[in-house]
Parts: sequence; C-alpha cells; structure tokens
Amino acid sequence: MERSEQQYIELYNEISALIKQKSCPVMNAVRDDAFRAFSSLGFPTRKQERYRYTDVSAAFAPNYGISLSPLDITESQYIFPISSAPVDLSGYYNKAADPSDAITALNTALVHDGILVYVPRNDSPESPIQIDNRLLGNLSTMLNRRLLIILESGAQATVIINDKGWEHTPDVSFLTTQVIEVFCKENSSLDLYEVEETDQSCSRFSNVYIQAERYSSVRHNSITLTNGLTRNLCDAHLIGEFANIVLNGCVIGSDEQHTDNNTLIHHVAPDCQSEQLYKYVLDGNSVGAFAGKILVDKDAQKTSSQETNANLCSSPSARMYSQPMLEIYADDVKCNHGSTVGVMDESALFYMRQRGIPEVEARMLLKNAFMGDVIDKIPLRSLRDRLFVKIEKRFRGEAEKCDTCRLCK
Amino acid sequence: MLAIKNLHARVGEKEILKGIDLTIADGEIHAIMGTNGAGKSTLSNVIVGNPAYEVTEGSITFNGQDLLAMSTEERAHAGIFMSFQAPIEIPGVSMTNFMRAAVNARRKALGKEPLKSTDFLKLMREKRKLVEIDQRLMNRSVNEGFSGGERKRNEIFQMAMLEPTFCILDETDSGLDVDALRIVAEGFNRLRTAETSALVITHYQRLLDYIKPDVVHVLIDGRIVMTDGPELALKIENEGFDWIKNMQ
Repeated sequence: MERSEQQYIELYNEISALIKQKSCPVMNAVRDDAFRAFSSLGFPTRKQERYRYTDVSAAFAPNYGISLSPLDITESQYIFPISSAPVDLSGYYNKAADPSDAITALNTALVHDGILVYVPRNDSPESPIQIDNRLLGNLSTMLNRRLLIILESGAQATVIINDKGWEHTPDVSFLTTQVIEVFCKENSSLDLYEVEETDQSCSRFSNVYIQAERYSSVRHNSITLTNGLTRNLCDAHLIGEFANIVLNGCVIGSDEQHTDNNTLIHHVAPDCQSEQLYKYVLDGNSVGAFAGKILVDKDAQKTSSQETNANLCSSPSARMYSQPMLEIYADDVKCNHGSTVGVMDESALFYMRQRGIPEVEARMLLKNAFMGDVIDKIPLRSLRDRLFVKIEKRFRGEAEKCDTCRLCK
Repeated sequence: MLAIKNLHARVGEKEILKGIDLTIADGEIHAIMGTNGAGKSTLSNVIVGNPAYEVTEGSITFNGQDLLAMSTEERAHAGIFMSFQAPIEIPGVSMTNFMRAAVNARRKALGKEPLKSTDFLKLMREKRKLVEIDQRLMNRSVNEGFSGGERKRNEIFQMAMLEPTFCILDETDSGLDVDALRIVAEGFNRLRTAETSALVITHYQRLLDYIKPDVVHVLIDGRIVMTDGPELALKIENEGFDWIKNMQ
C-alpha cells in the first residue's frame, strides 16, 4: 500500500517552486530543510507516544487540493502578513517549533504565507485581535496556516482565533494544518483563545509552541464546540524565571467527533508556575483524548504546576482517554496532577426531575454546569458571556449561525 | 387523592415493599413511622418515580391517573413534591437557574407561558421571605455549602415555589435541631391549603408535634402493620416499636 506521505512528497516536488515564488525569504529559508525532515520522518504512527490517540496517516490519506490563495488580512498596527513583516523574523520564524514533528515540518514546507501579530515594547492593543478562519469552497481543500505572535517586553495582547466551518456540499471536506509560534518577552502578557466550530467534514491538526520569558504570563484557551477530527498539540516552554502559563481547554463531543489534546509544559527556568484544566463532555460515539506532560528540568527549582483533566461521558458509547504525566528532575517542586472520567450524576438527575425539570433539560443543565468552571476562568468578559451562550446552545443541539458576518445573511 | 394498592417494589434483587395498601384523601396528613430498613424511604421514592426502584406488583393512582405510567417529571407536574431526606448538591447549577427551570417546566406542562424574568424574581423574593431563607443561598449552586438546616429549609422553599398538592416529607426532621425543625414545620404549615395532602415519614414523634397528622401508620418489613389516629405516634414515642413487632 502506498504511504499517505507519498502524495505530499510528490506534491512538494511538483509545486515547491510555485510556493516559493508566492512566499517570502524568511519562510523559504527553512522550507527545503522542513521538507527533507518530513520526507524522512513520515507521518507519526500510533506507536509514537504523542500520537497514540489519533490516526494521522488516515486523516492525510484523501487527495486534497492545496490552497495557495493570498491571505485576506486587514492589516492593522499589530497584524501583518509574514511576507511583509515590519521586523526581521529570521530569529523567530520556525525557531520555537519542534523540528522533529512531522506535521509541523509538512506545514513549514507547504505554507506560503502566514499572519504575524507583533506588539512592540510596552504597547497593548486596545481591543482583542480577532482572526477568523472560514472553511468554504466547493472543492476538498488542504489549508496550511501559520501564525507568529511576538510580544516585546512589557507588551500585552489578547488574540482570539475563530475556526468556522461553512455550508458546503456533503462530498467536500477540509484538512487544516496550523502552526502557531508564540514568543513572549520579559514581562509581557498574552491571552490566546482558539474556538473551533467546524463540522464533521473538517480535520484539524494544530501545533502551538510557546516560549515564555522572565515574568511573562501566557494563557491559552482551546475550545472545541463542534468539529470532525481535531488534534491540538501545545508545547509551552517556561524559559525565564517567574514565568506563568495557563493552558485551559474544553471539548464538547457528540456523534462521531474526535478530539485529541496533547500538551507539554516544560519548566526550564526556576520559580515558574503552570496550570492546566481540560474538561470534556462526550456524547454519542465521540472520542476524546487528553495527554498532558509536565517536564521539570533539574534547574527548575520552586516550580509549581497543577494539571487537571475532568471528563463526563454522557453516553455509553462515548470514549475518553486520559493520560496525565509528570517527569521531574528537580527536587524542590510542587506538582499535582489529577484525572477523572465520570458519568452523569444520577442522584442529581433524579432530584431535578422530581422538581419537574424534564430529563433532557436536566442533563443539559448538568453538562453546562460541568463546563462552567473552565469558562469562568476566562478573564475577557465579552468572550466568556458569548461562550456560555454558545455552549448552552450546543448542548441543546441548536445549530449556531453568527449574527454579525455577511456570509450568514 | 392518592390510592396505593398491593404495592410491591424492589431495589436490585431485594424486595422491600411487600404489599402496601394506603389511601390518602384530599387535605389529609398521614404519618408513616417505622424502624430503619422497614421500607419508608422506598415507599416515598416509588411514589415520586425514582428510577432506581422497581415496582413488581400493585398500583398507585393519583387523582384518578395511573401514576406508575408517568415519568418522574410528569408526576412532579401533576403536583407531587418530595422533600428529600438528603437533599442533593448540584455544583455549577445556581439555585435561581434551577428554580427557573423547575417553575417554567411545570407551567409549560400546565399549558402556561413561562414566567417573565422580573415576575420570576419577584416570586422568588416572596417565597424566600415566607420560609425565611437567606438571599445569599440563592446565589449559590443548589445545596452547595448549605448546612443541614439550610438544606431542609431549601426543600421547603422549593415546595413554596412549586405549590404542590401532595407533599412527601421524607425524614425532614433528621439532622435538624429543635429551632430549625420548628421553622421548617411552620413553613410547611403556612404553605398548605385545605386541599393539600401530605405523607410525613419520620422516626420520631417530634416532627408530629408541629405537623399534626390525621392518620398514623406503622411500617414494618415492607408492610403496614398498624393504622390509627395521632395518639399512636405518642405511644410509639414512649414505648418504641417492639410491642407492635411482638403482636405480629
């Protein structure tokens, strides 16, 4: 059988000249090396520790067309195409990313442009930066997305990335690879939100790499409301002392949805804090996976780290895989991890039904309540309120159309 | 109002109710007394339709309707309310949202429009005063961090909100000190109308000092073995259950 990587190798040989022509020097500088890395790595198999729960090869097997259309970016003071960046990116682009990850390598080889969020020293955008990704078209398409976020010393920013599926014919499907690299300099602070509301025809492979310097603070929230197959990897490196990282996630699964979150929090420097809370509510035949590793280097004394994964399987055929891991080489640290997989609290359901609340409604209230604390932790009030509404609608099974955008009208 | 005939029920493989006959007329209060494990809580759970209990024989009719054919929530909509022996904590669901869902579900079942938000909050305020329950509890999750007394008072508050016609007080007195017991009992008495019927399940006479029963039943080993007036409760308080067991 032909390996699914073969078609990507052929694709690259065929169109790399075109990609390079549409791209820019900083991206082209690493392209061929990335392609060679991909060719020798091949797609990860489920035997590889970080890919145990998702069959990558199968997801990349269909023959997708590749999109090389220019990005539709409204440039602002803080947002630029990578191809016309106001600063030299050679010290950043592909520097936080893991060269041994085949999906990152493939993305680096195929991506022709990306988005740069650049916030200068001690600056902070007045309102959150929003990036909307819409998957639409009449042909099955592979999209390779690249995002670079650089916060100079003392800068602050909130970035919200919305992934939306769109109306399309049933035979059309989408495959997205995404690499986000985040550089948070001393004393900077970033809140990064990703909200996925796609559909069963969408596969998403997202790799996020974060470098947090001294006294910086990074919060990453990954929210999967509807999707097809989703694999989110997040590697966060605390490289300067007193840095602080929060990774939160919530996943609502139903039908045949598959969502796999894989995190690594790497404490390199001493006196840093990290915190993770991932919650899943799985219904139907959906599958969820969470694997989170906390790695504490020998010199990372006084590390404080907390990892929690709590899951609710509300149907007998939903499946959850949970794998919290600690690897600690320092001796003066405080690290905790915990994982639970539970079913709906029958006594609470009965109590609510005795008060006249119909079973469906009671289940919805309990699922909502379960997700509540992840959303409560979101500091941005407007987003928090919007997510509460979205999540409730999701549990009610109401399809959501956005009220603001022109395509929905 | 309520007619139970030859009711048998079990939990898992264990038969607990072994043929209960009980009729409660409109406006009557019946007390059920009995030792631990006699089946008192099973009886109340079967009446409200707890899915953990299985009825194997017999019937229950409520205002002429076949109760056993109705879902738990339909029974609630028909006017049945149980004050739980151990009220359940529901983290993350606020008292306000919980009550709003319950009140509006019942209204919907009765063909009424849902209450407007302002009217609902006004209703909450009125009923809260009636049963003397603290406002700060309303902002919390259901029963979360409530003391034993607060939980029981919260049951009576919910009763006030839902205005049932048939109430089961399942060991409402357990875990309550005398003052709390009095407040809860007075709350119940204030709420009842001439048509309200109740089944009061208790170990002790104490509660019956405040909620006066018309009829007292003794439940032993899944059967009602004795039925008499309120004086029976007093006799049990003084002499225990052994003399009744010895008569069997």
